[in-house]
Amino acid sequence: MIGLNHFLVFSGTLFCIGLFGALAKRSAIAILMGLEVMLTAVNINLVAISRYVTPEYLVGQVFAVFVIAVAAAEVAVGLALIVAIYRNRISVNVEDFDWLKW
Amino acid sequence: MIEFSLNNAWLIPFLPAVAFALIVLVLRPLPRVSAFVSITCILISFIMAISIGIGVIQGGEKFVEEPFKKAVTWFSMSGLKIEMGFQIDPTSAMMLFVVTLVAALVQIYSIGYMHGDKGFSVFYAYLSLFAMSMLGLVIAPNLLQMFVFWELVGLCSYLLIGFWWYKYSAREAAKKAFITTRTGDFGLLMGILLLQIFFGTLDLQELAVRIPNFTEYGLTAGALTLIAAILFLGPIGKSGQFPLHVWLPDAMEGPTPVSALIHAATMVVAGVYLVGRTLFLFKTVPGAMAFVAFMGAFTALFAASIAITQTEMKKILAYSTVSQLGYMMLALGAGSLTASMFHLMTHAFFKALMFLGAGSVLHAMHNEADIWKYGGLKKYMPITYWTFLIGCLAIAGIFPFAGFFSKDLILEVVWANSTLSGHAHGPFQGLYTLLFIMASMTAMMTAFYMFRMFFICFHGELRDKHAHPHESPFSMAMPLVVLGILSVVGGWVGWPGLTEGKAFGYFVRMGEFEIVHANWTLIISSTVLALIGIGGAIAIYWKNAISHEELAKKFAPLYKLSFNKFYVDELYLWIIHNIIDGIGRALWWVDMHIVDGVVDGVAKTTKVLGSVFRRVQTGKMQHYALVLFAGVVVLVIIMSFADTSVASLSLLGGGR
Repeated sequence: MIGLNHFLVFSGTLFCIGLFGALAKRSAIAILMGLEVMLTAVNINLVAISRYVTPEYLVGQVFAVFVIAVAAAEVAVGLALIVAIYRNRISVNVEDFDWLKW
Repeated sequence: MIEFSLNNAWLIPFLPAVAFALIVLVLRPLPRVSAFVSITCILISFIMAISIGIGVIQGGEKFVEEPFKKAVTWFSMSGLKIEMGFQIDPTSAMMLFVVTLVAALVQIYSIGYMHGDKGFSVFYAYLSLFAMSMLGLVIAPNLLQMFVFWELVGLCSYLLIGFWWYKYSAREAAKKAFITTRTGDFGLLMGILLLQIFFGTLDLQELAVRIPNFTEYGLTAGALTLIAAILFLGPIGKSGQFPLHVWLPDAMEGPTPVSALIHAATMVVAGVYLVGRTLFLFKTVPGAMAFVAFMGAFTALFAASIAITQTEMKKILAYSTVSQLGYMMLALGAGSLTASMFHLMTHAFFKALMFLGAGSVLHAMHNEADIWKYGGLKKYMPITYWTFLIGCLAIAGIFPFAGFFSKDLILEVVWANSTLSGHAHGPFQGLYTLLFIMASMTAMMTAFYMFRMFFICFHGELRDKHAHPHESPFSMAMPLVVLGILSVVGGWVGWPGLTEGKAFGYFVRMGEFEIVHANWTLIISSTVLALIGIGGAIAIYWKNAISHEELAKKFAPLYKLSFNKFYVDELYLWIIHNIIDGIGRALWWVDMHIVDGVVDGVAKTTKVLGSVFRRVQTGKMQHYALVLFAGVVVLVIIMSFADTSVASLSLLGGGR
């Protein structure tokens, strides 16, 4: 029988994979993908807790839908930024994006 | 008139102040009007001063015992009350008379002397400002007001010495005068502060009551002597006493009327006047008296020995002034206000006369300063010649000229304090014996160098063949004649036999009135000394019986020492260049490396720390994100081990 713990472990693992991708990847596209994975992990958490802890309310489920919508918008903005930076720098490598440096 | 003048004595300094303001603000483009306004104001002051003098003489005993004082509160706080006002007693009345008289004569004289000068109006403005300051000083009832005007006369002296500012030497002399006197004024200010701290008042009459009981105010005799010595630094600077006398001969760079007014007759005697005003302080401690007397006698002898070899008319007169100021100090140190003030008055007459005479000669010789270029001026300028002769006889102390009486009185009071008199007491009578000998020698030397200058200038043949000397205009000759008359009769007011002893000494005095009996030994010996001096001058410089050049060669080391003013200026220059500058350099090093080092060090530390920690800012988003998540992880770990109550959450920054 699959329980809440399985889902939590699964989403935790997924979150860590996404985090690793976001922190370790060089390509800006890959980082965005990592972020998406992290959001997905959060969504799974929300849905799972909604299902097992408060099955009479749909709050968690609805919240997950919102997160998906926001994530889509965020990806659109993120990709637009990457395109803009690419036009400037001819690169999507985040190693080159160090303009905030001292 | 007398009543009005006494009650409104503040008008005497106020009128020249008005003249000053008018000239500076309105009348500057009109030189003649400026001179007219200035002279009118000082003449009105002079008339008021005379009526005050008459009032004081009529009042007699009343004014001696209790000075007429009127004052308003300037400012006050608990334990400190400073007044502004005036105090009229015989001493200040005498000074008012002398200052207004000489100031008026000098202003009249300046019409001729400064004729055509570009700064004619400004010159009168300064003279008026000076008259205001000096008269304010004279009538001051307390030491602070005196100090304020004391500094003002110093300022006027500076302005007038540097009046011909386009001359390098004049500028330098002005600076030297100001800085040197300021050095002494620092001591004066300290002395005034100490008196205020210990005695709680600066009012002269109050101090006169309190100071004799100084033990009640927690002072020892030694401490009071020290205070008196510190206070005395001011007069040392202002009255050109050794070792701060160096500015006075240089001050002769100013126009000659200025030399006559400020650096002979009035301002330089401010120091003597101040000591005279605070004589109760010095009289309380015999050590301070001996100090004042010694400084005076030493300065007198020292300056006289320099004057013997100088070759510029005004320089000789300047050193003679220093010497005579020393005489006045000596009289004060011997405890006689009478003798000092008497000599101050007669000296004002004959020294102003001689300076104005020198100005007349300079005017005729087109500012040629070297006396060896003159000669035979007698036939070109008779008025100057005869008045100058009177001045020389007066300063030499020949009967019946003014200087005879005052100089004799000084010698007499010093004599009375010495072992020679046989009825002196106190620990310093031996010193006073020495001082008496020094003063007598000075008298002889004075007679010698004065007549040396006199014969070189006025007798023999004119040495500068290109010069065309001429007698000075009326405006310059008139003051000479007036001062000449005063130099003859001025001393008679101190004639012991005059009007049953109620002469000068009856009014201007401190303590009980004593009739000074003529001391024939002294009178004869001092006259003989003066005649020896004059005789020497006649033999060397008129009859040429002894060659002065060979004399100079014979005593070459002494001559050089005297001619170079005992190298005091060089010594000061050496001290300033080596010691003062050395200290300055050391302090500069401290400032650069230690004071600035601390400030720079703080800045440098910040900079170094910044350059280390800026490495943290890599500019790469992923690094920031890593740190952020690492923080989250740390928080989670802490929370999983710690108590997760609301309180601990709020410690971590969360919760409510």
